[in-house]
Amino acid sequence: MSILSRQKLPAQLEYLQEFMMTVTSCAQDQGFSKKRIREIELSTEEALVNIFNYSYPEGEGEAEITCHLEGDTFVVEIIDEGIPFDITTVTDPDVTVDISQRKIGGLGIFFLKKLMDEVRYRRENNKNILRLIIKKESS
Amino acid sequence: MEIQTRKESKTTIISVKGRIDAVTAPRLEKNLFDLIAQGETALLLNLQELDYISSAGLRSILSAAKQLKAKSGELFIAGLQGSVRDVFQMSGFYTIFRIFELVEEALQAE
Repeated sequence: MSILSRQKLPAQLEYLQEFMMTVTSCAQDQGFSKKRIREIELSTEEALVNIFNYSYPEGEGEAEITCHLEGDTFVVEIIDEGIPFDITTVTDPDVTVDISQRKIGGLGIFFLKKLMDEVRYRRENNKNILRLIIKKESS
Repeated sequence: MEIQTRKESKTTIISVKGRIDAVTAPRLEKNLFDLIAQGETALLLNLQELDYISSAGLRSILSAAKQLKAKSGELFIAGLQGSVRDVFQMSGFYTIFRIFELVEEALQAE
């Protein structure tokens, strides 16, 4: 396993763009297509915003993002020390209902589960460890 | 994110360029809500030059559309490209909005 890049910052919306720059530049270096890079960015943003909004209800904390390469697999690992939350167990929203019944919210987690090749969660040493797993594209 | 607004007969065309993410979405939402508060009832979002949208952006668009529907208005969308189009498809927004290829088509349908 080789670490490509790591960023640890306060888990707050104002740092979103800094976190995103780390991931975008790693994904670009790995030669992913523009489409796949947008999907990696989208999934990372959704995971981070979820942490910013819910992980630290009683104060402030940090989030750490690491890009790894494991063989031919690209991994974005996001760690926070907030309340336990397993994103992989969230039920998908109903994306077929009309505007009056549409709930505002719930789409972000749905996107990341749909777009990533695999999403893994574990709780370890009071940390939430989320791994977004992306297979390298064969060219 | 850059927002440009112009009016063509009864329709207000809001062109959004760049990225709508969790940081920029509130600015778009405010822009749309201001137009609704000013009494505009036909809003056309032109997303031709939009490069990226996340669920925060969709949420802003949806909440403006709901507000507008309550006032018997409509928000419709034109110019979806690439990954922005994929996000609209994934979220099922094609079933809740009228979506046109081009701004001109949307204006004719009005």
